Order: sequence, then structure tokens, then C-alpha cells
Amino acid sequence: MTCAALPPQSSMGCLKMKKYSIFSLAKNAGNYHKDWERAWRSPEPKKEYDVVIVGAGGHGLATAYYLASKHNITNVAVIEKGWLGGGNTGRNTTIIRSNYLQDPSMAIYELSRSLYEDLSQELNYNIMFSPRGLLMLCQTEHELRAMKRTSHANRLVGIEARMIDRAEVKELVPIINDSDDCRYPILGAYYQPRGGTARHDAVAWGYARGADARGVDIIQQCEVTGITRTGRKVTGLDTSKGHIKAKKIAVVTAGNTSLVMQMAGLSMPIESVCLQALVSEPIKPAIDVVVMANTVHGYMSQSDKGELVIGGGADSYNNYSQRGSFPALEHTVTALVETFPIISRLRMMRMWGGIVDMTGDRSPIISKTDVDGLYVNCGWGTGGFKSIPGSGSVFADLVAKDQPGEIAGAFSLDRFKQGRTIDESVAAAVAH
Amino acid sequence: MLVITCPVCGVEGEEADFHCGGEGHIARPATENPDGISDDAQRDYMFMRKNPKGVHFERWRCDRGCGKWFHACRDTVSMQIFGYYGITQRPPAALLKKADPLWQAHFEAAKKPSAKKAKS
Ligand SMILES: Cc1cc2nc3c(=O)[nH]c(=O)nc-3n(C[C@H](O)[C@H](O)[C@H](O)COP(=O)(O)OP(=O)(O)OC[C@H]3O[C@@H](n4cnc5c(N)ncnc54)[C@H](O)[C@@H]3O)c2cc1C
Ligand SMILES: [Zn+2]
Repeated sequence: MTCAALPPQSSMGCLKMKKYSIFSLAKNAGNYHKDWERAWRSPEPKKEYDVVIVGAGGHGLATAYYLASKHNITNVAVIEKGWLGGGNTGRNTTIIRSNYLQDPSMAIYELSRSLYEDLSQELNYNIMFSPRGLLMLCQTEHELRAMKRTSHANRLVGIEARMIDRAEVKELVPIINDSDDCRYPILGAYYQPRGGTARHDAVAWGYARGADARGVDIIQQCEVTGITRTGRKVTGLDTSKGHIKAKKIAVVTAGNTSLVMQMAGLSMPIESVCLQALVSEPIKPAIDVVVMANTVHGYMSQSDKGELVIGGGADSYNNYSQRGSFPALEHTVTALVETFPIISRLRMMRMWGGIVDMTGDRSPIISKTDVDGLYVNCGWGTGGFKSIPGSGSVFADLVAKDQPGEIAGAFSLDRFKQGRTIDESVAAAVAH
Repeated sequence: MLVITCPVCGVEGEEADFHCGGEGHIARPATENPDGISDDAQRDYMFMRKNPKGVHFERWRCDRGCGKWFHACRDTVSMQIFGYYGITQRPPAALLKKADPLWQAHFEAAKKPSAKKAKS
């Protein structure tokens, strides 16, 4: 984070944002960590902004960060009805991978994955990116063929990936059930060695701190209740902290997108459903890769604390309550007990749900809209943690220039009208 | 977890005994008008969804019972089910009154003769 990158008018310049380092750690340890400065301010909203971003999840915060750092647009507010990172960004199972099938998807997910590689340095914030390797098990002949096709597609565009056989799966995941004596024996796996996980909260916090240091106002506990416009153009937003004028509005509200866009009179190709996850009691290191089993609907990794982090498929019906249903969890756990028999006696400690925004083709929307000055980034559904850096970066370009770049262009809203859908229902078969 | 009663055969079961078929009352434009479907109409049919936060009309199937489809009226926040009606029927007035305003607009629009063709 260099001082030169910061605009001089930013209310909290680089000089004020202390760099985190081994020295600051040692210095603060000397005082029992009582004097750490706040990572971001809690400002009152100004009357007017050049850009207002609705939703302080990873995607909204990353958009704000790149607007400031890449485009020098700093008169920006991020408005959040709860607390930053408290939506799906703080509820997900943090899997990062780029093994999608279609060209536009590979472009954005691999951009994102590669940005994760040195995001800790970029943000001066340890996001704990752990490219520990990711396996997608193949448990039917059909799945084996489909994943082979995906691995070839990935390699053609330079994404490192390969197919491995059952013996190598067992070598990488000693706790896996590799017998023939089960409903879905393992026939092989797709392997992405640079896939992995990161710390979800840290991604939100790191982007928030970086955006704040560049002058972006992050306003929490402030709900957007209306979008005002004159004719075809946005003029501002009604919020629980009063009216705020805005030249441009970027909606990044995941499962709440239909509701927020409705405030501007637009309907969306989105359905909101609940996706759940759960963690076990902490155990000693047992699995050091991410394993996804799409046929049986479950996936698992182990956190640094030792908890097994488990997820599966989304509930089948619309839901805004952030509470999922028991059968979906039971289904996931059943599948994973057969895949990893040693977990059968583990106690589960916590379970939770997030409301995810599903599109018909299971690909995101990064788009202008029929209303001038209104932009939307949503539809990441069950798999948008992995895409936060890439999505923020290309969405900031779109909002700054009022025109999508090459990567964002494919994800515009008019694809649904033109029949240009980006079908990722296979890559996204199980939530991730 | 939802507990659902099939209005066709009367069996009561958990949600896993049923299958959710998503938003109800989505009419296929090609049925009415096989030759002249606009791109907008086809998009709306395929992808656009009301997705209300509140009382919704959706289709369910009695998977492990009689196998028949029916409509349910359910709140997407509280999960409460207010009632059921037949798969070819419109929502009864009492349920429509409870429903999200998007649904009231839907059936208002369907009453107008010009829009009659596009909606169910
Ligand atoms: C259980 C679970 C597991 C997942 N696992 C993975 C995974 O392993 N890998 C992966 O890549 N993805 C995963 N995902 C998906 C991923 O979490 C999401 O795609 C991603 O976090 C979306 O980020 P976002 O910034 O768009 O949304 P969010 O983080 O949800 O942020 C949206 C914000 O908008 C705010 N908001 C909404 N309405 C308003 C309003 N009216 N006014 C003001 N603010 C508003 C919300 O409060 C929220 O904070 C998972 C999701 C869940 C639920
Ligand atoms: Zn029945």
C-alpha cells in the first residue's frame, strides 16, 4: 500500500493508516494489544456521493476498493443494512477454485483466483489464502467424462488442472473411503492444485480497511429503502439514515437483489434460496485438501482451528429467513459419512444459512441496467466467495467507465433476452 | 422444516416427501402464440421471477403420495403455509389478499384484455 496511490484529499490518508507488520505486532504486543488503531472509520453519511454501493459484502467492498485504487474515484459510500461482511461473505465455506467450463466463467474465476494469490500483500492484511489443492470426486461414469471435459477446457486456457486416479485420490486424502463396496465408488477425481480456501472475514475486512483508507465511507446499520430517479436516471437513495444523493448506484446485495432492484422498478432473473453449512468439533489435522463430492452432494475441508467445514446443496424453495431446513443438512451429512467414514462419530458444533441469489444459468450478473446510473452485480449464488477480487475489479471498471470490459461484458443482463446464457449448472451442481 | 398436506390425496408429510416446482402461474408464451413470441416474453417465461419476500404462490408435487401437482401459498420469511389450491386454479381471493403486492399486480394485469394472452 503506497502513499502515492492515495489521493491527498482522502480524509484518512496513508500516513494515518498504520501498516501492519512484524514491527507493529511486536510494538503492540508490548502493550498487551490494547492500542491497535481502528481498521476503518464509522462515518455519518454525506449528503451526496459520486458512487453509492449498496451492500458491504465482499463484492461491494472490493468494488469500492478498486474504484478508489484503480480509478481514483473516492467520493464513494458503501451502505450496509447490517454489519460489513455479515451476509453470505461471512457465512460461506471459503472454497476458491476456477474449474468452470465456459470461457467467460473461466476468465473471471481464474482472474479472481490469481488475484487471491497475492491479495494479502496488496491489502496489507492477512487473508490466509491457502492454495492447498482441490479435488472434485468422480463417482459415476458420466461425472468422470464431464470432469475430463472440464479439465481439458481448463488446460486449454492455462488453468492448471489434471485428472487423477483412485490411488492418487487415496494418497492425497488418506481418510477417504476408496472401497468398491459403496453406492458411489470413487472412479477418479479432477484435481486443481492451486485451488483452496481463504479466511472469509479477513477478505471483507481487508477490502474495507483498504477502501476506507482511500476515503471511501463505509456506513453500517443503514438500510436502503428506496431508489429515487428522475425519468431514466438515478438521483439517490432513501435510507434509514435519510436521503443520500448519488450520481451512480451499484447494487451488490446477493439474496436481497430482487428487493432492492424492485425499488428502481426493475425485476430480476433471480430466486433467493437458503444454503447451509456446518462445522464439526475441532480435531487434529485429518485432511489437508478440499474435497467436493458432487454426485452425493457434499464437500469438506478442515479449518486452521481443526473444525471440519461442511457444505452441500441448497434448499429447494425460496427463502429469505437465513434459516435452512433440516433435510438438506441431513442429506449432506449422510453423503459425507459414506465418503469419509471416520467422521461418523464427530459432533457438529454450529450450523447456519445464507440467502443466495440463483440465476437460471447459474452464472452471475455484472451489468448496466435500463436505468441510467444504476448498475448491478449479483447472481453469484452458491459460489461467489471465490470471485470477490475479480468481480470487484471488473465491476469497478464498469461503474467507472459506464462500459463493461471484456470479462464483464459476457455477464450482462441482456444475455437472458438474447439467449446468450452461460450454462454452469454442472460446475455449480453442488454449492461451493 | 415444512409440513405439507397434499390437497389432492390428503396425505400429510415432511417437505422431503414433496417436490417444490418453483413459482406458480408462469404461462408458456408459445402455448398461446407459437409463431410470434417476443424475446422479452420468452425471457420472462424462462428466467424472470417475482422472488417476493413475503407470501408467495408456488407449485409442489406430492412425490411420495399420489404424485399430483398442486399450488401452495407460503410465506418466504416465516415459512407458514396459508393454504392450497388446484394446479389449474387461480388463487382463492382470501389467499390473494394475503399475497405479496407483486402477485396482486400479476392477477390485475391478467384481467386486462390486452395482457390476457401473456399471463395465466
Ligand atoms: C453456506 C454457504 C456456503 C458457501 N460456500 C461458498 C464457497 O465455498 N465458495 C464460494 O466461492 N462461495 C460460497 N458461497 C457463496 C458466497 O458466500 C457468495 O456468493 C458471496 O459471499 C456473495 O458476496 P456478496 O458480497 O455478493 O453478498 P453478501 O456477502 O451477502 O453481501 C450483501 C450485503 O448486502 C446487504 N444488503 C442487502 N439488502 C440491503 C439493503 N436494502 N440495504 C443495505 N444493505 C443491504 C446485506 O446485509 C449483505 O451484507 C457460499 C454461500 C453460503 C450461504
Ligand atoms: Zn397427494
